[in-house]
Amino acid sequence: MYKAKINVTLKKSVFDPQGKTVLDALHSLGFQEASKLRVGKFFDLNLKAKSEKEAEKEVRAMCDKLLVNPVIEEYEFQIEEDGKS
Amino acid sequence: MNACVVVFPGSNCDEDCWHALRDVMKSKVTYVWHKESVLPKVDLVVVPGGFSYGDYLRTGAIARFSPIMKAVVKHAESGLPVIGICNGFQILLETGLLPGAMLRNRSLRFVCKHVYLRTENVKTIFTNRLKPRKLLNIPIAHGEGNYYCDSETLKRLQTGNQIVFRYVSEKGAINEGSNPNGSVDSIAGIINDKGNVLGMMPHPERASEDILGSYDGRLIWESIQTHLN
Repeated sequence: MYKAKINVTLKKSVFDPQGKTVLDALHSLGFQEASKLRVGKFFDLNLKAKSEKEAEKEVRAMCDKLLVNPVIEEYEFQIEEDGKS
Repeated sequence: MNACVVVFPGSNCDEDCWHALRDVMKSKVTYVWHKESVLPKVDLVVVPGGFSYGDYLRTGAIARFSPIMKAVVKHAESGLPVIGICNGFQILLETGLLPGAMLRNRSLRFVCKHVYLRTENVKTIFTNRLKPRKLLNIPIAHGEGNYYCDSETLKRLQTGNQIVFRYVSEKGAINEGSNPNGSVDSIAGIINDKGNVLGMMPHPERASEDILGSYDGRLIWESIQTHLN
């Protein structure tokens, strides 16, 4: 069993209204040091696969087919072996 | 005109579309549940507004895999008209029948109000009854209608006359203040390059009768009817 952690964010070229609003809020709370904030989505899932390579292939397919809209979004993910199950 | 309205879990403009087509336009119209895999024999497919699958993941992202969508794609490929309104537009974008994607409104607010649209292309199935640059008073109601596409796609839409409606002021001018959601190039509605699939965020079915404050939306239904006759 493997565990995948997938991060999806809007592409750099796409304006992120949520990110801007949250960053503005941080600034107004005094966190002037914050910059370049992007709001994204996080997926955490378990999957069965014979190898880490196969798990990676599967996760990529899931992202390309459903989890990510390539017109506006990009993604990155990590895969780790989940020994407990 | 013989039409069907596709119904997804979470659709909420399906009955309005049905009413506009049947009671206002006197057309034959049926509902099609999204689990069906075959469309009835119809000329027009309406993908209505609402919140299919609760807008989970992304608007339209899950509805696009409903069994009926394969039949809708086939219908579109055969050259017959398909209109996607609001969430229907979002579903058509996710399906790939139309280019681009929707982002959260620039204001991050759900915007529900009457807006003015300028008709940019009257040589379409959906606008042949309109005069060039005709202004339409039609309501919008959405939180994610901020149309986005890359600059290459935008150029293609512009040169191919695929931008059918733009958000404008009451006098017909394009400016920041009359763009309710931040859409690129003030886009409110586009057609595919073949010209038989229209996606628009505003709701013509909510402006098809005098009692609703505007019947400008009716001109769109009438155009489709004219095309089909």
